[in-house]
Amino acid sequence: MAGVTASALTTEGRPAPSAAKGPRPTGPAGGVLAGLARIRWGRGTVLLVAGLYFLVPIATTLWFTVDNSPQGFSLDAYRQIFTVPGLWPALQLSLLLAAGTIVLVYLLLIPAVVAVRLGSQKLRTVVELTCTLPLVVPTIALTAGISDVLRWCNDNLAPTPFYATFLYAQNANFPVVLLLAYVVMALPLAYRTLDAGMRALDVRTLLEAAQNNGAGRTRAIVSVILPNLRSAMLNTAFITLALVLGEFTVASILGYVPFAVWIVNGNSAGQGPVTVAVSIVSLLLTWVLLLVLSIGSERRNRAQSTH
Amino acid sequence: MTTDPAPATTVAAVPSPAGPTDSSAAATSTAPVTDKASGATVQFVGLRRTFGATTALDGLDLTVNPGELVALLGPSGCGKTTALRMLAGFEMPDSGQVLVDGEDVTRIPAHRRDAGMVFQSYSLFPHLNARDNVAFGLKMRKTGKAERHRRADELLELVGLPTHGDRYPHQLSGGQQQRIALARALALRPRVLLLDEPLSALDAKVRENLREEIRRLQQDLGITTLFVTHDQEEALSMADRVAVMHAGRLEQCDTPAELYARPTTAFVAEFVGTMNRIDGVLAEDGKTVELLGQRLPVDGATELRGEVQVLTRPENVRVTAGGGQGAIVTGTTFLGSSTRLAIQLPDGTSVKADLSTHDAAALPAGTAVTLSLPDRPVLVDTRR
Repeated sequence: MAGVTASALTTEGRPAPSAAKGPRPTGPAGGVLAGLARIRWGRGTVLLVAGLYFLVPIATTLWFTVDNSPQGFSLDAYRQIFTVPGLWPALQLSLLLAAGTIVLVYLLLIPAVVAVRLGSQKLRTVVELTCTLPLVVPTIALTAGISDVLRWCNDNLAPTPFYATFLYAQNANFPVVLLLAYVVMALPLAYRTLDAGMRALDVRTLLEAAQNNGAGRTRAIVSVILPNLRSAMLNTAFITLALVLGEFTVASILGYVPFAVWIVNGNSAGQGPVTVAVSIVSLLLTWVLLLVLSIGSERRNRAQSTH
Repeated sequence: MTTDPAPATTVAAVPSPAGPTDSSAAATSTAPVTDKASGATVQFVGLRRTFGATTALDGLDLTVNPGELVALLGPSGCGKTTALRMLAGFEMPDSGQVLVDGEDVTRIPAHRRDAGMVFQSYSLFPHLNARDNVAFGLKMRKTGKAERHRRADELLELVGLPTHGDRYPHQLSGGQQQRIALARALALRPRVLLLDEPLSALDAKVRENLREEIRRLQQDLGITTLFVTHDQEEALSMADRVAVMHAGRLEQCDTPAELYARPTTAFVAEFVGTMNRIDGVLAEDGKTVELLGQRLPVDGATELRGEVQVLTRPENVRVTAGGGQGAIVTGTTFLGSSTRLAIQLPDGTSVKADLSTHDAAALPAGTAVTLSLPDRPVLVDTRR
């Protein structure tokens, strides 16, 4: 299986027949030898190795979900996705958390990035460093810190009116604690994508043009900057969604059961093929989303190059 | 510092540079777009602004009359853009006032000022098509959709792009984008139009076309206009008056012809056009100056005495073959209808002289020549 996939990929990896860089462009009657000469072996090898590295695990995973030995091929695992207990609540929790994280990240970062664009260089460095910090702190350390804080709160807040808030923040249906952790973890990538989108705009001039046309500052940002950040915001949302869907460490240690935790738990609870089938499906969904995103931006680029 | 408060005749006196362009179509649609008498008086009073260690404006005083196009001309960093941005409300003066029709607008926020602006960089909103860009301000003012579109189409026609309403900025050329930006700036019927080097990103041909068109529109609408530029040709060809700025101050504000022929300061003389500096000696009374074996009257009163330099344009220098003066042609530059000669005087001074190409052909490099100036008053400055 893996071999087939890999060889199919090398075929795709070959340069287009009339590639100008080819050492000796030959006509269509060049024959098999000429065709072989046109393959760039160096690239082919790299592609083959990389392809194997990525595709073998996926292929074997796929195999595991459809091979129901000794009966042979079966799609049972995929059929069970709709009935297996616990999946939908877990997925729902993950999606809810993802939505919350995305909204919070937007609220935090968009004003920050606009301010950085309009403000001083110093501010920019501060924001950039702050947003990069979570990359340096290991997730496990972050989780340990959160546990400590929670324990401290549990010990000290009980007699105070804050205790209800504290309990609410840990509500298993919508754990705000987890949400906050995810926001921190999403900052580095979200900042990068939003900042890149902002960089493509002449923010100051656009804002001034909007103000010159009678829009106040806030209105100018909402009606001129945000619409032009749409694709950057979409990218941010997507990356954050991927992060939250796949996050295991924090959720698991804090004792919540979102999507990723459910997959691992289910796996060890003997629901092996189903949970793995679920991961395959989520992988496919992710790819489809990515494809849609890249097609969308490609179409925009093409529109921009036509005059 | 001359803060000449505008000769009232300027608008009529300057021949329209917007020759017989395709203004017929636009002229008919002009009337409903903006009323003719909508121009306002703009006054800068003692504007001062410093950014850290640099002084952008150092006490700027300038009055722009209703319906007038004044070009703010000067080297980069002279404060011309800062002055314009203060009128737009994007910049606050440290001291001084901006008055529009006598009313102090210094503290009014940018979005409530009555000034349309065209920016140097392309400033159209990328996510809106041309029509919606033009209609943006109307939308902010909560004008109804039908009325918005009607007026936007009217303005698009005014700037010569009636069929481009559905195009997005990235589908438009630089020149078209600036036309749309102009339409957008006019959409709210502003009392003042601000142009911040709107042509500097365009190539020469487009620039010249658009220059004429902006001038024609401005005259048709009778809107008070401030035009920032560092291109003196642009300033001289478009403006009713040109305000030359230097180091945050106004050097001189006059009609283009006056500015070129009678610069009041040495800076203006040398910034606008090309100037020769030739050594001369002032008479005791300071009313005449001796140079090149001639005695010429001095333009205006001067405090200077003794050794000075005379400022003169290349086209005013007369060149005849033959020695005597010790001047030698060191090079020639062909400029088309005229040729510029570089001539060295015995004292080492280099003088530029513009001759008709036909006359210059007789004076190749190495020829000994004699220079003379026409018998007209000349401007003098201290020796450098």
